[in-house]
Amino acid sequence: MNNMIILPIILPTVAALVMIILRNKIKLHRVLSLVALLSVMAVSVIIISKIRKDGIMSLQLGGWEAPFGVSMVADMFAAILVLVTSVVSICCLIYAFSSIGREREEYYFYPLFLILITGVNGSFLTGDIFNLFVCFEVMLVASYVLISLGGTRAQLRESIKYILINVISSFLFLVAIAYLYAITGTLNLAHLSYRIAEVGQDGLMTTVAILFLIVFSLKAGLFLFFWLPGSYSAPPTAIAAIFAALLTKVGMYAIIRIFTLVFYHEPEVTHLFIGILSAITMLLGAIGAVAFRDIQKVMTYNVVVGVGFILAGLASYSIVGLTGSFYYLVHDMIIKSLIFLLGGTIIHLTGTSKLDKISGLIRLHPALGWMFFIAALSLSGIPPLSGFLGKIFITEGTFTATYYWLGAIGLLTSLMVLYSILKVFMSVFWGYTDLTLDREKGSTKGRMLPIALLTVLTIGLGLGVEGIHEYMDIAVEVLMNPTVYVEAVIGK
Amino acid sequence: METLMSILVGILFAIGIYLILTKTLLRIILGTSILGHGVNLLIITMGGLKKGGPPLLGITNHSYADSLPQALLLTAIVINFATTALFLVLSYRAYKVLGTDNMELLRGNEDE
Repeated sequence: MNNMIILPIILPTVAALVMIILRNKIKLHRVLSLVALLSVMAVSVIIISKIRKDGIMSLQLGGWEAPFGVSMVADMFAAILVLVTSVVSICCLIYAFSSIGREREEYYFYPLFLILITGVNGSFLTGDIFNLFVCFEVMLVASYVLISLGGTRAQLRESIKYILINVISSFLFLVAIAYLYAITGTLNLAHLSYRIAEVGQDGLMTTVAILFLIVFSLKAGLFLFFWLPGSYSAPPTAIAAIFAALLTKVGMYAIIRIFTLVFYHEPEVTHLFIGILSAITMLLGAIGAVAFRDIQKVMTYNVVVGVGFILAGLASYSIVGLTGSFYYLVHDMIIKSLIFLLGGTIIHLTGTSKLDKISGLIRLHPALGWMFFIAALSLSGIPPLSGFLGKIFITEGTFTATYYWLGAIGLLTSLMVLYSILKVFMSVFWGYTDLTLDREKGSTKGRMLPIALLTVLTIGLGLGVEGIHEYMDIAVEVLMNPTVYVEAVIGK
Repeated sequence: METLMSILVGILFAIGIYLILTKTLLRIILGTSILGHGVNLLIITMGGLKKGGPPLLGITNHSYADSLPQALLLTAIVINFATTALFLVLSYRAYKVLGTDNMELLRGNEDE
């Protein structure tokens, strides 16, 4: 019954292919994409409950046994991320219904959206490093088209840079895979872990590890995030939100997976290096978020801060730090899409992203204002919202690993994040109301539902943490004990 | 043979990186294409350049060629091909709309 693991990849692909054939039936596109994502959500819930009962599920594609064929592996970490991915993508999809526009819908917006989700789910569930590359490419090719779909000047300009940087990082990925294959002679993640544990991680292997880190850093925006602010502010809101919620997270997932499963023997080199990079990332991102008076810039630099913070937990390489990373990763997927949807709605209403040109919006849109306030508090980790617990655990993890500087920078940047987002809140919602409902550039019709859903989710995740911590613990236990993963896949 | 191939890969990388660092968009795309060929050669070299028969049951040979790097290579070529095609089309469209292929002028400014 492990065949179920493949469903989160198959379902969106098949739905997308059907939609491409029936191009002009936009109503059908909407229904079909919603149904596909809802069924992926249902499947991931079933997978999670099965993993809880029976442990890690693995599937050998085509019946080729583990080190020789391609394995798909669903451990708790991957399965929960698939669930959160489908929840977040459903919200962004509902937002897209009313905001993306007829023209983009006719030019395959929904199929591309689903193929993006296919790539994301595939990256989470694969147990083979070359297959990880392929899933990355599926996701990236869909994102190349999504970022340029519509063809406005800003989109074309930014998409060129986005594609170039990702093409180069994909080549580096292949180079790293080639070196790894030359040294170990295998590509299966579990088998790699087994072989490297057997022969030890020497200097050459650590160099390859750093090469992988550079590749995934480019994708995740860890230190090498120079491409991110431009690319994430060019496309329309629904697309930017799904990018901010998912694309960098897949890079982070890859970093966490590789550096807990394969290259975990030299934490004082690799993990410390990750820690230094994440400290710099947090500082630079927070400075960017504080400096700009532009909603889009503040939001995109906050994505950068989140990347640094999550990987600070990995740098500590302790149970509590990784638990924090996982909590914060889930929280970050939800809150980044929420903030991007809120910011996009504000820009849609006022027609500008400059903070100095917007004020007093709370009189016209009280619900939007309050939800922005909740999102702002959650983003900076105020209890009882969802960011709090992750923040505590990551900080505790860095302290137990005696990286006090890392924890301190994490807390300092949290304050800067709070300042940056409250700056947006105060200048957008407070002050003199110079806009009236009929002079607005657009309406909130159809846009409030997904925002409200995500707001409820961030509150619920904060309050209901008792209910999910058991699952989180199972996930982190596997991350800290790679032999469990290896045994589940190749049975050694 | 492996050493020679490694040097060739190095030369291809150098050319690719040089082209990517120029300002013209078309040269940059050609640069990524050459870099891609370098990567493909690297993959095949890393698998070991052996002379031998196909790795099939029933054929008795002293040495076999490793078939996995070849499979990886094919996948990489296909993906590289698709991405380059998309990149070329997009750059042509960008040139039409933006009126320039000079990367210096594509930095983007605040008031657009």
